[in-house]
Amino acid sequence: MNGPPIGSAELAARLRERDTTVAPAVLNLLESRSPAMRAQAEAMVRATSPAALGAEAGAHLIGITGPPGVGKSSLLSQLLAAWRQRDRSVAVLAVDPTSRRSGGALLGDRARIDVDPADRAVFVRSTATSGRLGGLAAPTRAAASALAVAFDVVVIETVGVGQSETEVADVADTVAVVVQPGSGDVLQFLKAGIMEIPDVLVVAKADLGAAARRSLADLGATLHSLHAADTALVAVSSIPPPTGIDELIAALDAHRASLDISARRLHARRMQALADFASEHGERGLRAVGGHRGAERYLAEQDRGLDVPALVRLLEERAGG
Amino acid sequence: MSSPKSPRLPEPDRPWLMRTYAGHSDARRSNELYRRNLEKGQTGLSVAFDLPTQTGYDPDHELARGEVGKVGVSIAHLGDMRSLLHGIPLEKMNTSMTINATAAWLLALYVVAAQEQGVAQDKLQGTTQNDILKEYLSRGTYSFPPGPSMRLIADTIAHAVTHIPKWNPINICSYHLQEAGATPVQEIAYSICNAIAVLDAVRERLSTSRGDHGEDVMDRVFGRISFFVNAGVRFVEEHAKLRAMAQLWDELGRERYGVGEERHRRFRYGVQVNSLGLTESQPENNVYRIALEALAVTLGRSARARAIQLPAWNEALGLPRPWDQQWSLRLQQILAYETDLLEYSDIFDGSRVMDGLVAQLVEGAREEMSRVAELGGAVEAVDYMKGALVASHRERLRKIENGEQVVVGMNRFTQSEPSPLVAGADGGILVVDPAVERECRAAVRRWRDQRDPDAVARALEELARVARDEHENLMPATIAAARAGVTTGEWAQALREVFGEYRAPTGVGEAAALPAEGLVELREEVERISEALGRRMKLLVGKPGLDGHSNGAEQIAVRARDAGMDVIYEGIRLTPSQIATSAAQEGVHVVGLSILSGSHRELIPAVLEALRASGADQVPVVVGGIIPDADAASLRAAGVAAVYTPKDWDLNRMIADIIALVAQRNGIAATVSG
Repeated sequence: MNGPPIGSAELAARLRERDTTVAPAVLNLLESRSPAMRAQAEAMVRATSPAALGAEAGAHLIGITGPPGVGKSSLLSQLLAAWRQRDRSVAVLAVDPTSRRSGGALLGDRARIDVDPADRAVFVRSTATSGRLGGLAAPTRAAASALAVAFDVVVIETVGVGQSETEVADVADTVAVVVQPGSGDVLQFLKAGIMEIPDVLVVAKADLGAAARRSLADLGATLHSLHAADTALVAVSSIPPPTGIDELIAALDAHRASLDISARRLHARRMQALADFASEHGERGLRAVGGHRGAERYLAEQDRGLDVPALVRLLEERAGG
Repeated sequence: MSSPKSPRLPEPDRPWLMRTYAGHSDARRSNELYRRNLEKGQTGLSVAFDLPTQTGYDPDHELARGEVGKVGVSIAHLGDMRSLLHGIPLEKMNTSMTINATAAWLLALYVVAAQEQGVAQDKLQGTTQNDILKEYLSRGTYSFPPGPSMRLIADTIAHAVTHIPKWNPINICSYHLQEAGATPVQEIAYSICNAIAVLDAVRERLSTSRGDHGEDVMDRVFGRISFFVNAGVRFVEEHAKLRAMAQLWDELGRERYGVGEERHRRFRYGVQVNSLGLTESQPENNVYRIALEALAVTLGRSARARAIQLPAWNEALGLPRPWDQQWSLRLQQILAYETDLLEYSDIFDGSRVMDGLVAQLVEGAREEMSRVAELGGAVEAVDYMKGALVASHRERLRKIENGEQVVVGMNRFTQSEPSPLVAGADGGILVVDPAVERECRAAVRRWRDQRDPDAVARALEELARVARDEHENLMPATIAAARAGVTTGEWAQALREVFGEYRAPTGVGEAAALPAEGLVELREEVERISEALGRRMKLLVGKPGLDGHSNGAEQIAVRARDAGMDVIYEGIRLTPSQIATSAAQEGVHVVGLSILSGSHRELIPAVLEALRASGADQVPVVVGGIIPDADAASLRAAGVAAVYTPKDWDLNRMIADIIALVAQRNGIAATVSG
């Protein structure tokens, strides 16, 4: 508990005033499963929805993913410093893949993310995936949308190569996949279509010299052969002196600028509603709305201004028939 | 009289070097202590440095708060080293320094202070611990990332074999691995793997760096590598462990490094016997444990320690007083001078039991060594080894908790008369004068004001330049910086700027979940409370300050996870505001803090204050560590919900307490069983 719970109306109002200090309370509320809290959470989501705001939330939602040990957290530390230099506020939702065999989870991610504890414009929260390998916990999607109202940048950090980017891609405006030199599996995954082509492909540990340059060339050739000319390829090194960070930020910004944000966010809301519905009602529920594809088609026909809870309710009504 | 057939040696052996791991407060007070210890018959020095010195911060740095002069002496510059060694004849002294990340620096200060006494480098005898891998694995006083750290080690070794030939530039430590829970097999395997990593790094550096190192340099390097081992109370197996290490070491020298001369392949080690097994309850029993552990490292002549330091009976209570350390020194002297131990050749020669034990350990160690080799060697395998140690330690605790492993006075035979040893006004421990930190802060500022600022700036610039040039040895620039009046914090900061900082793996993520046995009730309770809270119960385990002894924190983190909580654990060396920020941002329901370095009186209130400032002051805080009763009372008065000390060894009970605390603070009713 962090003080008496703040009401949903006040949370929403403060998010709209871009008060970053309410982030912990927002997460506490969105993570809660108690029925009373969930009603509050819905109210907060509604009050911060594009319909209520009159526009899409302003933040850049960035998904950063890659295999364990590739140096995502060190890279994130450098990115945080660079964003802060540009005076952008940043929220990081670190999704930990730790299994929940016992129900509990050890969340060690923030240990490697270097931040100034006195800086109120940086927020880092760790979440366990609740046993869903590579996937996102339900509150993470909702949190990303809510925090996007108050922060300039919202990062979702996940582990994995292969499946996790697809879920992140449903939420994020821009997906960056981080690989290290010599990771041939990524080439194979890309070629075989197992892995979706990211918006930005980052080769970490560029200090490895020849190996890094070779990886960069190989990845460039692969992207070219896949006609993925839009994907930016950036080499970075997080060990001092760090390199490539400014280029990476430029690539992320360029991708954001090229996007039709309202289309992307609309898609994200629909995907989130579908994920929330599926986690609540399972396979049986999905079948009742015509399966994944059927549900997607149905959602595509709905009003563009509807928020996620409203879309979930529509799916529930349809399933209830 | 001895005859050719006599089992007696013609002459009794000379005793090992007798030391006491000592040092506290400032250089002047520690110098007085050393001189008294030498008068009592101690034959070598063993310098304990405080945590700021060990991690490269000056006494007035934010991270040094509460730690100055606590677990050892504060040495911030050449002036401190001069006072520390004042009146001690360095040409005759054999000095061991427990120093790692900043070993090159402290060695440089020692060399310059000795020169000022008129003693040349080549006369100096002693040891710098200088073993960084075990800092990542267990002890936590690292400063730089693995690559540059290995370079610093290789540079000190390369410099020492040429210029300080009687110095042991590195002490490969298996000691701390056992303290972190290593089994004998792990202790042997990981320390030898660690030695291989160091030797390979030196060999590589000697071939690529400038300078003439002379013929047979690898022979001399190998011959100067010594070990710092541990000995637990299972003293027969512990002795076998040392024989096994000697065998593997000899083999390694011959086969991997082609060391021709037998004398260069001899396994040389110093020892501090086990602290992990010392108990807070019935602490007088520790005297027997220490005596038996001393036998493990002295009984057999062919694997006998070169140098011994023994812990004091009251280490689980707090810092030992000079009298406590004298009591331990007397044990060494009785063993060496009263018993007949030193009169015989190896008493296990031909023992089938001993040979069998050694063979078993060697075989187990080889298997584990090949696993590390497959992972690419000790540097690459730090994560793996750390995870394995956390798992072993957990297994040990589990056996103590269920009574499989007997600890007299703790989990068996616990009925006791009150101990007169802790009845005194000081509670039977040393309390460092809180004025020391203030004095040291003021002293380092005076030092900075009085030196030649240009010389200091030039020395630091040169140091940074050399650090950037991979082909140069860092020692000459380090010695020049020592002479110019650079401080410990400045030396380390210059290198941090070039090398970067580092956080070691915590090992807790790798620890597999415990079987449900014994945890079912805890898990049900966590589920029930989480349901009532609306989200899963979340605990932050924090280690404020510079104390790197993380075993306790890691075990709590893993057990809480196994009981079903979400646990945030960020490793060691956090400031109070970092901990408070994490607690607030992560929305935890309870915070657990662990401190073993004696800095709890300053740091715990600072964390409470920071929590208030972060608006997380309703989150209850519990504290664990080596905390004297008097301090525990004042911590509770300051708002700490509970204080745990080594006598609270039952982890499940502690977790149950924490769960109940969260329930109570959130107005959730306790269950009948709670």
